[in-house]
This record gives sequence, structure tokens and C-alpha cells, in this order.
Amino acid sequence: MSFEQDVAEQRLYLLRFARLQLRNEAWAEDAVSDTMLAAIAKPQAFGGKAQLRTWLVGVLKHKVVDTLRANLREPNVADMRGSADDDMSEGDLLDAIGFKQDGHFAEAPADWGNPDRDLAQRQFMAVMDACITKLPAVQGRLFLMREWLELDADEVCKTLNITSTNLYVQLHRARLKLRECLQLNWFGQHAV
Amino acid sequence: MDYPLRRSCKEVAHMVVAMQDRTLSLKETAQLRLHMAICRACPGFENQFLTMKSALHQWRNYADEESPPASSAK
Repeated sequence: MSFEQDVAEQRLYLLRFARLQLRNEAWAEDAVSDTMLAAIAKPQAFGGKAQLRTWLVGVLKHKVVDTLRANLREPNVADMRGSADDDMSEGDLLDAIGFKQDGHFAEAPADWGNPDRDLAQRQFMAVMDACITKLPAVQGRLFLMREWLELDADEVCKTLNITSTNLYVQLHRARLKLRECLQLNWFGQHAV
Repeated sequence: MDYPLRRSCKEVAHMVVAMQDRTLSLKETAQLRLHMAICRACPGFENQFLTMKSALHQWRNYADEESPPASSAK
């Protein structure tokens, strides 16, 4: 198989992350195309498909950051800002977990088992993808900038020119929603 | 009487979520650890977030070698 074919074979894998992160089909397609073109322009030796994939993901992450910076940097798009009101308040999200008047848990949090256990299986990854997709666009993007692009909070704020207060509020919501979604669709159904 | 280091489960739950993205202050850390030492429910909540962290790490690195793109011509 030619190098070009090897690269082309990774397209859907790359597109999956680009779509989740960018929440925009055209931007995702562009970022993945640019990534594949960059690879084909500079063919190089890779020990195997896993290595090629790792390299492509690294290039894609740079393209994706550029796309986020170019299209979502404040004050270009108001939707990074106004989203605080279209949603339950942070307190409500925590309340939804169930606390008594005195601030104690109404019910003990479910046991999710050993944090180190192996979850690397296709069904779990599909649930994780679905739960991330279900996050509101702004929260989903910010969340994946932390968890997929692996930027620290400062870097996320600088890239999008948003305040750390705004970032923390959005991430807080995203994490609570993800927790709930994983509880409902995975951990609550797979006894430990 | 007011206990300066005493926090409710709800406040501790908030800290557990916050610490995924920022470093807690020394005071917050003390409040969190003291509460965890005497609470039966909150360690379970923290454990869910530890599991989520590990799950996200595995999600990031999971590469499904067995599924070639559906569009590939055979």
C-alpha cells in the first residue's frame, strides 16, 4: 500500500476527533484535509500504522487550535460569551445530584469501581463519544480543549481570549453533565 | 460555633469538580482532605472523577486498529 493510501485510511479516525472538538462540519473537514495534505507533502518513514496515526493526530491538533483561534476568538463570536444564561446554573447542576438541606448527599454516589481499570473497549468509547457530543457546543469545545488538545486552563483562555472565570464555569458544567451521562449510560449499567 | 475548615458535601463536591481544572488553594485542600477523612459519601464522588480522568485518558489514546474506514473499497 502506498503512503498516500496509508494516510487516506486514517481520515475517518481524524475526522471523529475534529468533529467532536470543532462542532462544525466544514471546519472539521478542512482541518483533516490540511493534515492529510501536510503528511502527503512530506512523506516520511513510519514504523507502522500506529506511529503514522500518532503523528497525524499531532499535526491535526495544531490545525484544530489554529481553527479555534481564527474562528472563535473573542469578540469574533458571541456564543462563547452569552451561553451562561441558556442553561441551568452551576448550583442547579450540583443540586440535580441530590443534596439534603444541610448539604449532605441525599444518596451516596454510585461506586464506579477502581479508577485504574481497563475501559479501552469499543462500546465504552462509543458511549464516551456520545456523551461528549451531547454537551452544548461551547462546553464541548472547551472541555475537549482540556481533555483532547490537553491545553492547560491558561492556554485555553489565551487561545480564545476568554476569562478564566467563564472557562471554569463552563468546564464545571461540562464535567457534571459528562458524569451524569456516563453514570446513566455506562457505570450505572455495568456492575463493578 | 464556626469551624473554619468545615465544609458540606455539596461544597466539597464543588471542589472535587474544580480541581480537575485548577489547583486548589492550601485552605481548600485542607478543607477537602479533612472532609474526605470523616465523610462516607464524598470519597465515592471523588472516585467517580478519578475514574472519569482515567477513562478520558484511555479514550484519548484508544486506537481501534480493527476497524478500517467503512468507505475503503475492497
